[in-house]
Amino acid sequence: MVTARAMSEEKTEVVRPSYSPDELPEYLPVYYKRLFPYGLYYRWLNYGGVQKNYFCNREFSFTLKDDVYIRYQSFSDQQEMEKQIQRQCPYKIDIGAVFSHKPKDHKTVKPTAFQALEKELVFDIDMTDYDDVRSCCQGADICANCWPLMRMAIKIVDAALGEDFGFEHRLWVYSGRRGVHCWVADEAARKLSQNARSAVAEYLSVVKGGENKLRKVHLPENIHPSIVRAIGIVGQYFDDYALEKQDILGDKDSWQKALAVIPDDKLRECAMKIMEEKKNSKERWYSFKKEHQALLNGDANIRKSRHCLQEIALQYCYPRLDVNVSKGINHLLKSPFCVHPKTGRVCVPIDPAHVDSFDPFKVPDINQLCQEIDEYDRKNKPEITEGDQPPPKKRMKDYKKTSLLESIEVFEKFVTKMEKQWKGKLLEISDQKGDF
Amino acid sequence: MEFGKGKREKSQTGRKNRQKRLAGDDRNKAYKHRLQFYSIPPTENISLSEFEEMAINRLKVLKQVENIGIKFVKGRNDYNDVMEKELRKLMPIAVSQHHKDEDDYDAKRKDHISHFILRLAYCRSEELRRWFIAQELDLFRFRFLQENKESITSFLQANDLHYKPISEEEKTDKARKFSNSSYGINESVVTHMDFYKVPFTEALDLVKGRKVYLEKGFAYVPHNDLVSIVVSAFRAHLSHALALTARAVPSLEEDNRLLPMLTNISKQYLGEDYSNKNSKTGSIALEDIDSLAKTAYPLCMRQLHSALREDHHLKHGGRQQYGLFLKGIGLTMEQALKFWRTEFSKKMDGDKFEKQYAYNIRHSFGKEGKRVNYTPYSCMKIIMGTQPGPGDYHGCPFRHTDVKLLKQRLASYKIPAQGIEQIADLVKGYHYQLACTKYFELTHNIDKDEVSGLSLQHPNQYFDASMDIQSGKLKESKGGRFSQGNNASGTYNSQRSSGTQSSSQSQMSNTQQSANTSTATIVDEEGWDNFTGEDMEKLDSSVAMDTS
Ligand code: SF4
Ligand SMILES: [Zn+2]
Repeated sequence: MVTARAMSEEKTEVVRPSYSPDELPEYLPVYYKRLFPYGLYYRWLNYGGVQKNYFCNREFSFTLKDDVYIRYQSFSDQQEMEKQIQRQCPYKIDIGAVFSHKPKDHKTVKPTAFQALEKELVFDIDMTDYDDVRSCCQGADICANCWPLMRMAIKIVDAALGEDFGFEHRLWVYSGRRGVHCWVADEAARKLSQNARSAVAEYLSVVKGGENKLRKVHLPENIHPSIVRAIGIVGQYFDDYALEKQDILGDKDSWQKALAVIPDDKLRECAMKIMEEKKNSKERWYSFKKEHQALLNGDANIRKSRHCLQEIALQYCYPRLDVNVSKGINHLLKSPFCVHPKTGRVCVPIDPAHVDSFDPFKVPDINQLCQEIDEYDRKNKPEITEGDQPPPKKRMKDYKKTSLLESIEVFEKFVTKMEKQWKGKLLEISDQKGDF
Repeated sequence: MEFGKGKREKSQTGRKNRQKRLAGDDRNKAYKHRLQFYSIPPTENISLSEFEEMAINRLKVLKQVENIGIKFVKGRNDYNDVMEKELRKLMPIAVSQHHKDEDDYDAKRKDHISHFILRLAYCRSEELRRWFIAQELDLFRFRFLQENKESITSFLQANDLHYKPISEEEKTDKARKFSNSSYGINESVVTHMDFYKVPFTEALDLVKGRKVYLEKGFAYVPHNDLVSIVVSAFRAHLSHALALTARAVPSLEEDNRLLPMLTNISKQYLGEDYSNKNSKTGSIALEDIDSLAKTAYPLCMRQLHSALREDHHLKHGGRQQYGLFLKGIGLTMEQALKFWRTEFSKKMDGDKFEKQYAYNIRHSFGKEGKRVNYTPYSCMKIIMGTQPGPGDYHGCPFRHTDVKLLKQRLASYKIPAQGIEQIADLVKGYHYQLACTKYFELTHNIDKDEVSGLSLQHPNQYFDASMDIQSGKLKESKGGRFSQGNNASGTYNSQRSSGTQSSSQSQMSNTQQSANTSTATIVDEEGWDNFTGEDMEKLDSSVAMDTS
């Protein structure tokens, strides 16, 4: 399956002209007509109808052509949503909070009464926040050398959300360009207060301090189990990512930057010496590590810098969340399955279990998808016979004809796992009722 | 006087049945514990003068709590000593260790009623609620920590707070994790200490700092940190109650004796809020900003200004902090729009600016959305607020800059070496605002005596003071300008307007107005379950737009 997909992609890549933002208006109608997974999408946001009005009180916002931005859209059901999306063909869809009233009626309600009540707990991890530790690209650019940062971020945050906070329903989504989003959909998560959201985000923030702090990671003497776990995950990537790809000790400038975070002068000088002596990042790192180990046992001063290697590793690799996004119940976040207008790539879900094989450059873009449907239909055209019959009822879903299939399956897995829980819940309720 | 969820009719009919003070046994029943959770509003009638007296007394306490919190690191010995010393004078019940319930009745009653009076006065805007909650929480925490184990147990019981320790097996099982997660507890201590398993949402302070072990949504809180769960329950209780009070208060406004008094009380802490100074608006020319940044800005704003000039962009936190400051120094909305547009459009096309940022600027002037007039950030808010992350330039340079870098920067601003050392010492002692004051003195050639009593609390205060000195105004009002905040009754606000009688009245009505609008919007970034800063987040949402 995976190989088939990869191959077909290689083939199409040869013939297919690359996406250009001008083509978006041409492809969007097709995409929204034939590919956007409305059914699953609705099943997700309706949450099994467990809470009344949950879907129709949900805010959506659309960004249309020329950055025209409309807030407070809402839909009473799947049908209306489909209709509206297809009519307006938004360049971008954001999902907001579930309000006390239908957002589209918000002008008719007293402002104090119109309140954001619930929303998924969301996280936004953006590559631009790593600019000070990426040597390959800056800003909106990403490449294979820095993408591992996102892999580490997903693994670390996902593990913490599950193991520490007990959240089970986590949807990871590629943002279409340079980052990833996470939607935590457990009921408990949707009900969290603003305070609780910032506390969770803070708990997950280790790299702290703005442009005026060199040392951005401070580990206490005893390292918290969640950080120990994170260090373990970083460890799986560190050699390849930091020492090879980023070459963080590759030249004098780089290692001076990395070592500047060591608080102890003596230790730093000793590290500098090792850097000069050895000939590449890997040797430098491991020789320093050994030396550090040896020094630790002796000098009490150096004991204060006992975690400095881990601190360096975390400063270069630990996920950097945009706390503001997570904090607000009313903060909008780009919806899964949007198309990023600049890259044309679809914001597809990522299976955290297979995060290492996810490659942002292989994410299908919108013109590729449209061509794939065409191609499929052309190849599988039903024979037209005399006495033409109406098309068979069970038409194949269009996304199954394209490389979107895999992503939709990830999404489906997320939705059905939740549905099992709702069913359990509903059963429980009816059981109690039936109990004489 | 009705304190509860407040229907006027109810208070009128209920009045007849209400008791005056209690006597005998009832007294003991009324207050089960010296420390209160303030769950039940008082129902007795009190005179207007007693009302006012109680309010002012508690205000003095909270003011003092705030000041001590600025000067000392909370929880450290010096903090505790000073708290104890000051509270002994102002609110003996908060420190007295001996139990004599009979004697305590009056003190408990005062504690109870005065708390509820201030709720009325401080429920009326986000800024006020935030301040009130912060001080009440500090006071509560300090008091809670003074109690011994039995007393705590009885307090918890009296207030229906039930925490059950986990079993010995579970504890032994997780001992290692506990000791690595909890502050200052090693494995041998774990065996002697009770641990409580609570949903993580009840221990947010600990979660935030990663100071507790978490598993599957539960926090395992050691007895030492019990205070943190109790304080957080108190916080939740208080912010919820304030929200309800805020909704009920408009009905009070019919009583025109009470309203001015409440308004007056609530003004006591803020003094100037710098949001609405018609007199100054338009007095600054955009061309002067670069030079003002060097001569009259506090460091936090100077740093933001130069980052903006260099990068032609500021991230969300920086835009908020700097934008509101600019409003406070008197930029008109048109000037502000022009200022930001000129800079941002060097990096993005003007159209994008209009779409993504112009709204927010108009919004912060109260011209969009719910038309809340946002106030410039105070030093406290900047220092305690969201820490700057990578790419951020906001925050307080004395708090959020490596000391080494800070020293370098000060040297580049030609601060004499001795002064730099003094500043660095203050910073190391966590006295950020004092460090900033020192910087002010050094850059404005003030010798220490001239401004004794200087108490810097607001970047805009810094700016105004600097402008006054530069224009030679200081001599007239020598010293006075800075004495804000050391006593409960004197405010920066009233001192500014000294001499003009009518201004105090117009300020009063001003505050009433803003109080009216704020009761209509319950906005808080901190702890408002179900009440969100809708408009603030509209700002945020357009920040979301420029990501990815
Ligand atoms: S103390 Fe206040 S005015 Fe001074 S730099 Fe810090 S935040 Fe700014
Ligand atoms: Zn790169």
